[in-house]
Amino acid sequence: MSAPATAITALRSRHLLGIAGMTPEEITLVLDTATAMKEIGSRTVKKVPALRGKTVVNLFFEPSTRTRTSFEIAEKRLSADTLNVAIGTSSVVKGETLVDTALNIEAMQPDMIVLRHSSSGTCHLLSRICKSAIINAGDGTHEHPTQALLDAFTIRERKPTLAGLKVAIVGDLLHSRVLRSNILLLTTMGADVWVCGPPTLIPADIRRFGVTATSRIDEAVEGADVVMMLRIQLERMEGAYFPSLREYFNVFGMTEARLRLAKPDVLIMHPGPMNRGVEIASEVADGPYSVILDQVANGVAVRMAVLYLLAGGADHEETT
Amino acid sequence: MPVVMDADRIGRTLTRIAHEIVERNKGVEALALVGVRTRGVHIARRLARTLKEITGDDVPTGALDITLYRDDLMRHTVGPQPLVRSTEIPFSIDNRKILLVDDVLYTGRTVRAALDALIDFGRPASIQLIVLVDRGHRELPVKADYVGKNLPTQLEESVQVRLQETDGEDEVVLREGGAA
Repeated sequence: MSAPATAITALRSRHLLGIAGMTPEEITLVLDTATAMKEIGSRTVKKVPALRGKTVVNLFFEPSTRTRTSFEIAEKRLSADTLNVAIGTSSVVKGETLVDTALNIEAMQPDMIVLRHSSSGTCHLLSRICKSAIINAGDGTHEHPTQALLDAFTIRERKPTLAGLKVAIVGDLLHSRVLRSNILLLTTMGADVWVCGPPTLIPADIRRFGVTATSRIDEAVEGADVVMMLRIQLERMEGAYFPSLREYFNVFGMTEARLRLAKPDVLIMHPGPMNRGVEIASEVADGPYSVILDQVANGVAVRMAVLYLLAGGADHEETT
Repeated sequence: MPVVMDADRIGRTLTRIAHEIVERNKGVEALALVGVRTRGVHIARRLARTLKEITGDDVPTGALDITLYRDDLMRHTVGPQPLVRSTEIPFSIDNRKILLVDDVLYTGRTVRAALDALIDFGRPASIQLIVLVDRGHRELPVKADYVGKNLPTQLEESVQVRLQETDGEDEVVLREGGAA
């Protein structure tokens, strides 16, 4: 028997709760699907009928511009019906619990819920009580899987493979869900991951994830193929982790001078929103090595891929 | 497992179709080929080469993936999805005469999806359908304009087009039972 006329593939989970547990093959499937989805964004009619009749609820308990907009555009390009629930206008301000809010939304029979919440583990919780497919759009300091997937997609557009690349991730390692998802994804795909930040912002057990941790930025950046800057998340900081933002920039900020230590074709990435002059100098953010806006553009394609792969199953028959 | 077309036969058939294209369209002016992934794309590229040999002119050639337009998507709440591949149509289809190319014409559902997909790219002057094999059993009112071979089949049989580019050799095989 030769291969079937139409290759059919699936993710093993019906939710996307995190990168944890995803195999290299599953990650590659999402990235390959995203490659096909990206072309749709370049058409005059930027819409395909794949998710016609599916209802997707974007449930955001935390402020977000980029991620929410990106998901909404992705949903609309796939013809899904979308609904945005933002905290400011929801019953949460009247004291309703997360579970009650979710169950009430579920009662209206959506097919998928895209969830962002400030508490780690909320997506796992909802996945146990909801029938809808749950997509994690960032939960507390835990995971932000679609961000890691779009980062990998952006790297893969410019580098032949993720395996063997030196990736330096610099910044607030303690509060970053982007970091955790990226570490899990990049190590799964065989990259050499270095993480760098002030000692006060390096989680004690970070080496358990198979990364090299350092507080010397030059060491992390030297020979790097990719440098990812993380935002200093002042809103999540309860203590004084470093003396001042100015000092942070002097020691850990990405400047052109520092960047010269990296490979000549280094990529500069940032998940946004950027604090210019804190973790990254403007001339680097806007410079020739920066792929920061490509990351944003690719986010739509990657989220389309995830939505498509989790939205349901097709008949497995020849339809020539 | 009878071989219904061998490499020579496929080659001669595509040459004949290329001549028919030139004859019916009085040249290749405003024509463009769009192959349906996967094997339709290879057939479209071969036709483009033959058309170039006959007329000396290049015919723009694109690749269309119809997966996201299939009518059997999302029929189950969970389960595997067909693999989506890239569509590459690097030219405007507005006012062009589009030659849509697929390997096998069967239910007509792929063609229906391809027509919907093409229309999203613009407003072609016309769309003509080219297939290497027409095996019958239509479920939709679809008819090809150029047919390599009409092949009467049983429903439980399957037709496999194997091409050098994807399968290492050129042949069309009729199999009893089993998915194609």
